Amino acid sequence: MRDQTDSTLHIDNVSMTFTLPNGTSIEALKDVSLELKAGELLSVLGPSGCGKSTLLNIVAGFLAPTDGQVILNNNKVTGPHSERGMVFQQGALFEWMSVRKNIGFGLRMRNVPKSEIREKVDELLEIVGLHEFGDKAIYELSGGMQQRVALARCLANDPDVILMDEPLGALDALTREKMQGLVLKLWKGTGKTIVLITHSVEEALLLGERLLVMAPRPGRIHKEYKLPFAEMGVAADLREVKKHKDYAAKREEILSIIWEMEEEIMGRKE
Amino acid sequence: MLVLTIYIAIFVSAYFIYAFAYGNKAPKRGFNANKTITFGDESAVTSNRTASVISVITIFTIWGAFTGSSLVPLHVPGPFTGDTSFTYTATNADNQQDDAVVYVRVGLVGEEIEDPVAPDVANPGFAIDDVATIRAWRSGLIKVRKNDFGSDAEGYVVSAIDGQPIVPNQTVSVVDGQIRMTGKGTLSFEPNQGWQMEAIWLPAPEAIVKRLIEISRDGYQNVTLSENIGWSLFRVVTGFLLGSLVGIPLGYAMGLNDWFRGWFDPIVEFMRPIPPLALIPLVIIWFGIWEQGKISLLFLAALWIMTISSRAGVSGVSISKVHAAYSLGASKRQVLLHVIVPNSLPEIFTGARVAMGVCWGTVVAAELVAAEKGAGKMIIAASKFQQTDIVIMGIILIGVIGFSIDILMRYAERKLVPWKGKSD
Repeated sequence: MRDQTDSTLHIDNVSMTFTLPNGTSIEALKDVSLELKAGELLSVLGPSGCGKSTLLNIVAGFLAPTDGQVILNNNKVTGPHSERGMVFQQGALFEWMSVRKNIGFGLRMRNVPKSEIREKVDELLEIVGLHEFGDKAIYELSGGMQQRVALARCLANDPDVILMDEPLGALDALTREKMQGLVLKLWKGTGKTIVLITHSVEEALLLGERLLVMAPRPGRIHKEYKLPFAEMGVAADLREVKKHKDYAAKREEILSIIWEMEEEIMGRKE
Repeated sequence: MLVLTIYIAIFVSAYFIYAFAYGNKAPKRGFNANKTITFGDESAVTSNRTASVISVITIFTIWGAFTGSSLVPLHVPGPFTGDTSFTYTATNADNQQDDAVVYVRVGLVGEEIEDPVAPDVANPGFAIDDVATIRAWRSGLIKVRKNDFGSDAEGYVVSAIDGQPIVPNQTVSVVDGQIRMTGKGTLSFEPNQGWQMEAIWLPAPEAIVKRLIEISRDGYQNVTLSENIGWSLFRVVTGFLLGSLVGIPLGYAMGLNDWFRGWFDPIVEFMRPIPPLALIPLVIIWFGIWEQGKISLLFLAALWIMTISSRAGVSGVSISKVHAAYSLGASKRQVLLHVIVPNSLPEIFTGARVAMGVCWGTVVAAELVAAEKGAGKMIIAASKFQQTDIVIMGIILIGVIGFSIDILMRYAERKLVPWKGKSD
């Protein structure tokens, strides 16, 4: 594994203002600043419209912020790059390729020798538990398996930061729980920096060393938590973690924050 | 009307017989077996095989029954053939009346018919017996008074047929047909036509098979059948390939670039709804009636369809796939080659199927207008000689080929874009 000590992700005073066709403008993000050390696991939570997806797209390089900047490895982010891998909710796999080809896509694009790709893909198939499915077509896999492929495809590139945009949002509850375990295992096993956006408070608690609660209008960081549950989840069963009294207390606390925000939005609309 | 009534009667009775025979035990298998709600559940409606088989048999039976086919045991009554006779009554200038018999022999078209021989019975009086030959499905004038004595005199008229009075422009029925008196007083005999169709309207199925064998062996008008069909297919494939060659890159350009889209949108949107057949006159004026004209026409027919489908294919690529590819380190060229092109293939295949169908229809129409060789040329030439069997054979062949093209395209689609319709 590459030395990642200097690859801290800096988000400096990032603002994003969208101008609508009718002339009004929306402040999706205002003065968001954040520093993420290598190997940290950050989950971002917030009501819809709080700009969390916009923030992720800016970090990924798909959007240029109207103000501020994102810096990784001492370089300003100006566009997408293989140093920042992305896992989408669903539908981002290439159906015309086998599982194996999907996972090796990034390596092939960079002209890595075939034998090396094969080795790397085999290794990743093993890690995500799909070693028997390498030659299957994407549409033959279940939703959970497809997300395993997406994770493996992202890891194959050995990115410094992995950005996950509600990666488990479309899965059923049981599969989701299994996949949460996998994400934790991958995080610990690879030591990658991970930013994970989610709608689910439980998921944010379980999959965040740090948890960012964002608030809408304008999109901003409302509160940050440091949580022990991700570390606990690496060692123990996730269901054991959920029984923990601190977990329940934190869940209630964050839920009430989110509910308050939601009510505020509803009230403002009326 | 009669045919339609019989057809509906068969449809209804077959349904009731089937329902009676199977009742509620009508075999449903698989998922549908235990469904209690089937009315309104589209997935529970499957094509009934028995109905399909009966449907096809019915069409051929009716076809055979109404054309006197030897393949079908039951026939509707055919036209009258053989010998018949009727009696006419003539009234001469002195108001005297006399009867005479007309012996008529009716034969099929194309048969040798000898005049019937009047029986050697004495028939005194001024009206003399007559003989005539008439073709089935036709009528014939019989100048019965020509050999009568005193028929030149003013006031000599034929006044009755088989005892039924007749005046000019009136029609009376006799045993085996109808007799009409023309305005000038001549009799016109039309033997009963029966319910069968004459071969020039609709030949029997076996006649068409026979013709197919004959034409595929000897050709038609010095052009073999495979040449005719080969030329049509050649034009379709060439026109389609040229159209795709220009249309697909154009569609990609329109899907990927503002300027291209703005420039070509008005052209494509205007040309798309114009049926290719409407372009035939202009294409003939510009390119003439030979190969260049036809291939240009098919090129135009395929071009817009392929442009629009490949544009739709490009527009249909989900943004997360493109984002994913860029995040994985792909360059613009690699995104185009490895993401956009494969992602658009299903749409392009759908377009290609439509385009091939349209081209096949257009080539036949274009050949009807002008061609030396081709499937359309063959049937239009045959129709000018009333060779209905060749026309029907040609239509069936055109249908079979069009259907085969579609099957072939679907097969290619399944092999080449197996992920079609399976992504989310």
